[in-house]
Amino acid sequence: MSIDPAARAGHLDHPPRMGFFTDTSVCIGCKACEVACKEWNAVPEDGLSLSGMSYDNTVGLGASTWRHVAFIEQVVPASRVLSLVPSDNAPAAPATSSPPTALFIPSLPADTSSPSALAPAEGVRWLMSSDVCKHCTESACLDVCPTGALFRTEFGTVVVQDDVCNGCGYCVGACPFGVIARREQDGQAHKCTLCYDRLGAGMEPACAKACPTKSIQFGPLDELRERARLRVEDLHAAGQEDAQLYLDDPADGIGGGGAFFLLLDEPEVYGLPPDPVVTTRDLPAMWRHVGMAAAGLAAAAIALGFGRRR
Amino acid sequence: MTEVRTRGNGTGRRRRRGGEQPMVPDAEFTSYYGRPVIKEPAWGVPDVPGYLFLGGLAGASSVLAAGAQQSGYGELARVSKVAALGAISLSAVALVHDLGRPGRFVNMLRVFKPTSPMSVGSWLLAAYGPVAGAAAVSEVTGILPKAGRAATLGAAVLGPGIATYTAALICDTAVPAWHEGYREMPYVFAGSAASAAGGLGLLATHPDHVSPARSLAVLGAAVELIAKRQLLARLAGGSYEQSLAEPYETGRTGAVLRLAEFLTAGGLAGAVLGRRSRAVSALSGASLVAASAMTRFGIFEAGMASARDPKYTIVPQRRRLENVASRH
Repeated sequence: MSIDPAARAGHLDHPPRMGFFTDTSVCIGCKACEVACKEWNAVPEDGLSLSGMSYDNTVGLGASTWRHVAFIEQVVPASRVLSLVPSDNAPAAPATSSPPTALFIPSLPADTSSPSALAPAEGVRWLMSSDVCKHCTESACLDVCPTGALFRTEFGTVVVQDDVCNGCGYCVGACPFGVIARREQDGQAHKCTLCYDRLGAGMEPACAKACPTKSIQFGPLDELRERARLRVEDLHAAGQEDAQLYLDDPADGIGGGGAFFLLLDEPEVYGLPPDPVVTTRDLPAMWRHVGMAAAGLAAAAIALGFGRRR
Repeated sequence: MTEVRTRGNGTGRRRRRGGEQPMVPDAEFTSYYGRPVIKEPAWGVPDVPGYLFLGGLAGASSVLAAGAQQSGYGELARVSKVAALGAISLSAVALVHDLGRPGRFVNMLRVFKPTSPMSVGSWLLAAYGPVAGAAAVSEVTGILPKAGRAATLGAAVLGPGIATYTAALICDTAVPAWHEGYREMPYVFAGSAASAAGGLGLLATHPDHVSPARSLAVLGAAVELIAKRQLLARLAGGSYEQSLAEPYETGRTGAVLRLAEFLTAGGLAGAVLGRRSRAVSALSGASLVAASAMTRFGIFEAGMASARDPKYTIVPQRRRLENVASRH
């Protein structure tokens, strides 16, 4: 049973819930999404330093980084990457599906005198993934925002109103993904709006528009989930057994993401939490305990009031 | 073929803090270049931990003021009312100062949201501040004494909320060392607040006229000591490989919290045993106030440390997934 977040927020007769399906198996790490996002949303510069983290100098999502492309270099057995090196363990990919593009670079054996050492038993696999705000069905940032600056749009997405946010910073620590952050320059919280302005004009978000490999797909969430299921089946059939969907399940700890992902390794490899749960699910229990603790203090006041002056 | 967990090459580095001996071996986990998964709350020091302390002091002081007023301890009531006003005024300054846009602080009262402890707290403060202020002003100036006594009772009704809602405030986040302690944190905060308010009463009032403060201090300190132990036991809990109590027990934060526990226990003993001596009473009171402040700063810093290190986010979640998988 999945929740309709727009209806729950009071949008009657709203358009279908829109979202992103980011298929990292076809991401080539071009960062066109990062650039297009910055250009369209006029997001300021977010640092010009070199991180030493492969080709990733953006490092992570933040107030001025609403799309972030992660680069992961892994030494893996050749059988784990099938697209470029056929092996016994890996059946050939069906012709209908596009091959995953995780790059495979056979490593040179140190001992070249032995012919058997030349076999590419190991290689470097390069994973790339464009991260973004998940536009959670159960959204912690929105729940905890004390001003109402964060709100649920008619498309089911979560957006900050710049003219309301007073920079309290509560959303920053509440987000289980470390997406939203406070910008130094203006003291306010910022994050991906899923291009709310473009959606209103019937256009797709800038990052999806700019993505040259359709790694970032935009559309009605129901359709995207169906498409993602088929894609995972294709990849599994092609021997890419690690392919998994992340945040596609309405039964997960955030009620499913409005943006979800196809990953080729565990979420934490990409810097994503493996089992995020929205903190406000426990808030009723927190209020119960606060109520009991406060009642204890009040009882102390009453007991003191009945004390006799010696 | 066996699954190969890849490590090295920049991903999944395990970090060890210099010089510290971990209680248990570090859990195996993978991360993205050792980067944190969640963001540290954008809350500054000393503003926010200072507020956690001062809000508690104010709320519990109002409780004490009402108790003292009703049972005829005039001097203690006066001290407590003034303490409540002073602490809540400083609190308000700290809270506004911590905002990214201080000029927009009034937006806090734009909506009322029970899903946001900060919204609930803002409304509580908006109600409590003027009432506590009226109680103190009437007490000091002698103007409208009946209204002042009523305001004192009103502040005592709202005070327990002010002293404890801050536990929900910090636990309702993705910060592992705070969130997972949400069952115990309100009692730690209530105990710490009562201990501070009682301690201030002991410190600032003549020992012959301080009995309610002594009672509150002893009760609060005992609750604080027990609840903090239970909090740490919960966080160290057996179900996860990675103890979330670790950030409370290691480094400078660990030292601060151990000293706080020592001062609380010492203050408690002094308050019980030193009732005849002005000096011992005052010293006990000062210890309890200092311990309460140190407890809040320590808890704040432990949470921040658990946000900075990805292992506290990743390992418990990974184990939770494995436990669910093994049950099916």
